[in-house]
Amino acid sequence: MNYARLLRHLLPALSMALILIAIAWLNPRAISYFGFTLMLNLAIPIALATLAQMFVITINELDLSIGTFVGFVGCVTATWLRDAPLLGIAVLLGSIAVYAGLGALIHLRNLPSIVVTLGMSFVWQGLAILLLPQPGGKAPDWLLAVMGYKPPFVPFPIVAAVLIAVLVHFGLMRSSYGVVLRGAGGNAQAIGRAGWSLLRTKVTMFALAGVFGVLSGLALIGNTTSADANIGNGYTLLSVAGVILGGGEFVGGRVSPIGAVIGALTLALAASPLLTFMRVPPDWDVGANGIILIVVLAARTLIGRKGA
Amino acid sequence: MQFARNLFAKPWIWSFIGALGVWLAAVSSTGGHGGGGMITAALSLAVFMVIVGVGQMFVITLGPGNVDLSLAANIGLASAVAMKTMDGNDSLVALGLLAALASGAAIGAGNYALIRLLRIPPIIATLSSSFIILSIDISYGRGLQIKPPPGFADFTNIQVLGVPILAIGAVAFAACAGLVLQRMVYGRSVLAIGQNMRAARLAGIPVEPIRCATYVLSGVFGGIDGALLAGYFRGASVDIGNEYLLSSIAVVVIGGTSVAGGKANVPGIWGAALFLVLLLTMLNTFGVSAGMRLLLTGLIIVGVITAAGGRRAAR
Amino acid sequence: MSESKSSIIELDGVERHFGAVRALDGIDFAIRAGECVGLVGHNGAGKSTLMHVLAGTGIADRGEIRIGGTTESAYSVQRAHALGIRCVFQELSLCPNLTVAENTRIGHAALKGWRWNRRAADLIMAQLDEIFPGHGVLAGDVVGDLSIARRQMVEVARAFTVTDEPLRLVILDEPTSALDAHTAGQLLSFVRRKVGQGTSCILISHLLGEILETADRIVVMRDGKAVASDAARSFDRDRLVATMGGARELAEALQGATDRPADAPLMVSVQSNGHGSGTQLIAREGEIIGLAGLAGHGQTRLLLDLFEAAQHHRSGRHGAGTVVSAPAALVAGDRQTDGIFPLWSIADNIGVGSLKALRRGWLISAERERALAASWQQRIGIRTPDLDNNILSLSGGNQQKALFARALGSDARIVLMDDPMRGVDVGTKLEIYALIRDEARRGRTFLWYTTETDELDNCDRVYVFRNGSIVAELARHELTEEKVIQSSFAESGM
Repeated sequence: MNYARLLRHLLPALSMALILIAIAWLNPRAISYFGFTLMLNLAIPIALATLAQMFVITINELDLSIGTFVGFVGCVTATWLRDAPLLGIAVLLGSIAVYAGLGALIHLRNLPSIVVTLGMSFVWQGLAILLLPQPGGKAPDWLLAVMGYKPPFVPFPIVAAVLIAVLVHFGLMRSSYGVVLRGAGGNAQAIGRAGWSLLRTKVTMFALAGVFGVLSGLALIGNTTSADANIGNGYTLLSVAGVILGGGEFVGGRVSPIGAVIGALTLALAASPLLTFMRVPPDWDVGANGIILIVVLAARTLIGRKGA
Repeated sequence: MQFARNLFAKPWIWSFIGALGVWLAAVSSTGGHGGGGMITAALSLAVFMVIVGVGQMFVITLGPGNVDLSLAANIGLASAVAMKTMDGNDSLVALGLLAALASGAAIGAGNYALIRLLRIPPIIATLSSSFIILSIDISYGRGLQIKPPPGFADFTNIQVLGVPILAIGAVAFAACAGLVLQRMVYGRSVLAIGQNMRAARLAGIPVEPIRCATYVLSGVFGGIDGALLAGYFRGASVDIGNEYLLSSIAVVVIGGTSVAGGKANVPGIWGAALFLVLLLTMLNTFGVSAGMRLLLTGLIIVGVITAAGGRRAAR
Repeated sequence: MSESKSSIIELDGVERHFGAVRALDGIDFAIRAGECVGLVGHNGAGKSTLMHVLAGTGIADRGEIRIGGTTESAYSVQRAHALGIRCVFQELSLCPNLTVAENTRIGHAALKGWRWNRRAADLIMAQLDEIFPGHGVLAGDVVGDLSIARRQMVEVARAFTVTDEPLRLVILDEPTSALDAHTAGQLLSFVRRKVGQGTSCILISHLLGEILETADRIVVMRDGKAVASDAARSFDRDRLVATMGGARELAEALQGATDRPADAPLMVSVQSNGHGSGTQLIAREGEIIGLAGLAGHGQTRLLLDLFEAAQHHRSGRHGAGTVVSAPAALVAGDRQTDGIFPLWSIADNIGVGSLKALRRGWLISAERERALAASWQQRIGIRTPDLDNNILSLSGGNQQKALFARALGSDARIVLMDDPMRGVDVGTKLEIYALIRDEARRGRTFLWYTTETDELDNCDRVYVFRNGSIVAELARHELTEEKVIQSSFAESGM
């Protein structure tokens, strides 16, 4: 087995171990059922958003709108989904269709995903503000019940994370169509020459991103119970960081769903609980996210060079 | 007729036509009043878009994947740096401008270091650094609105026959930028790298130094913009640059520069800036809410890039 | 008519243009069941384009495609696969991020459902064992980790695997370019066995010996047309070379060539494998040095290293053991990826190699640029009505001329050429050979990597590459295709 690849696979687990050790050292009481539930409850929405980004990165694109999209879904959840469920469901399904449509547009017109998703980020943001100009709304009861479920022995976030990771792993890494999807990222020309539809692969991946974006928004509101238009804005950067930390690469179709979920959990721990325990001044909350991403990518580069 | 046909063949003409169209719509809705004032206001605000738009244009022209997402944070920090250095004192204006420039240059250099040394894709590198710069700005500025020296603030607001002095400066600036792009070795190199980075390297063009210079330049223009904005709006703030990030990319794209790199267009930046500012003014006149404004801006970007299309892949 | 019925596929008057380039200029081609057709021709004769049309990955601009006598209206990749026509392209079509088994799945839509991975693995392993016994590849290997040779083996094997779609015709484009002699032999004998069992094959190769041994019929292409089609036994190497074009004219042109004085100043000196143990490559002023051997064995790498060394030399840094004592320019062979700036005019493309010299003061002088382009248009014979037209309006050969003009118009004393005659018609080639010899006489040094053995006749000395090192040095009077091929397959260090 390739030495560099082995290290890359282990990086997410190693980073998570490191963060856990740091947290345990700073605040031993955090390592408990209750502690983990509290620290990780926001990890599930981040993990779902990370998987959404992972699908897009697999085919060599980037989604800069995932953060504001999650915010938009959150606003819909806290308003329509509760008060007018059929309308809420229709809007959510419609937004997945929009994501799929973007995939088609990007393929057919050969558009750069950066610019398209940057524009779309403003569309989702605008829609969210129109829907909820002030923070408010309330999550539907069934959602609160799901997210508030407390399984025995193992905290809910961990159970959910494992389930999601295993599901996506089998879907993308083990299924026969998953091979085609990943191949489209590795060598799109070869996939096309073999007779597969590249349009279909792009649409599928973007649609999956939309689905997981919706799930992320639902999970987020299930935790925070109310919504505001800016609630998801940090998710764009976090989702990219999670994919890379999880062993994924920006081009080449090399991603790891399990790594991405572990990466997301690690970041969830590092982005908030760790900083709180380290007593980082709140001014630096935002900056810390940026530093984390850079450190993650730097680690990847250094490992890549060593193994080369 | 030949002149007219040549004129319409130029890619940037459409942005000016768009701007004219929006101005006519806005003027007709107010019953013909305030058209002149609208133009003056538009020119004032467009200046700030043009300055960073030119920097962004050079970066985007370097080729696909190159974009500077740190501009908003850069502008915010530069405004604070400039104002703090000037300290309300007119004699320190030059020093303040220099400080803002240096701050921008440092950000540009930092971005390039992330891109080159850590091999981080430009989008991610500039996005991450924008978060860090934001935190630096918050802790440095302490959120206080620092006032500019009165002479400087007045200067930025001067108008000559209804035309803001900053607009005149920005037109000259754009003209220089156009010259650099088409007729200087640096500009040619950027255009070459954007079309085919490998071919540029093999033709003897020093690709990495040119990329470094471009990112630093974008940072510097962001710094200048921050200082001028603080003067014009009579105070620095963290958020002062927020709308200029998407605007900088928008004016480049709408103005006719190719996002695939290798083809750039300076006059179009002015036309697109006027178009966007007039559009926003019109929306404000119609009492459109913040959410609607964001939605429409986003849709226009997506619309324009879809209409323009991307580069066909090589066979 | 009876011939139509027994053909698998027939092309009639097919044309394919890329801008001004006539890649296929009205070609007729047919292949029957159980036949092995060898396709030969110089770089740029149109072989690859013909392949793309047959495989359905390129649409013909004009002409007819007939399957079993009936005209095809909408030929496509899917249709080709359904008919049993497969293709192994020269640029490998494997996904480097997927395993060998997963890549096999890509080639077969039928490999899905329960335990598809196991079935795909068994399929490809069985095929690899049949063609290349002792191959050493595992189904779980990630393709990106495999050597180029192993990748080529996997790709060839995959083309012969069968699930639900039939296998009637396999097109192989330079299938042995990355293989050593032993493996290449395994492949060719397998092809003969398969052809004997009724599968047809089109074999494209530069190694004329391979073609003569393996093919039943040989088709020679030149400038987009088929200029000869005859049984393989009626051809020999000389007849093939003559039909491909250029040999006689070249031989005549070379009669005036003179020998270089042995004490001319040293321009380039480099260890061939960077470790100090390989043969040293030396080039003196005014020499034309050839780099030969199978494709991808280090020739391009060396040229790029020398180019970089020249850049550093300009800026004052010196590499260890490598001597490059003058500025160098590089003429790329793969125009699209390495040479052409597609949005620029012809004049811009030529001038980009001399930007600093074209300045007057701070700005580039449009006048000087135009003068440079015009002078080279004259000297090198670029056929265009207007130098301000976009570069893609030129034919392939003229585009290559523009790239030469860029390199020769700069101040470089050393010119590195990376197989630059790809996709160039015979007439243009001769013009450029003459230009190179002329420039060499005037004191420029050329290092010339080429995959066409005949072109080496222009060179004073030839170094043959194998696995990244030089294994042989041949002077012009010792140069024969046999010697070059022998050395290409030799083990390095012997």
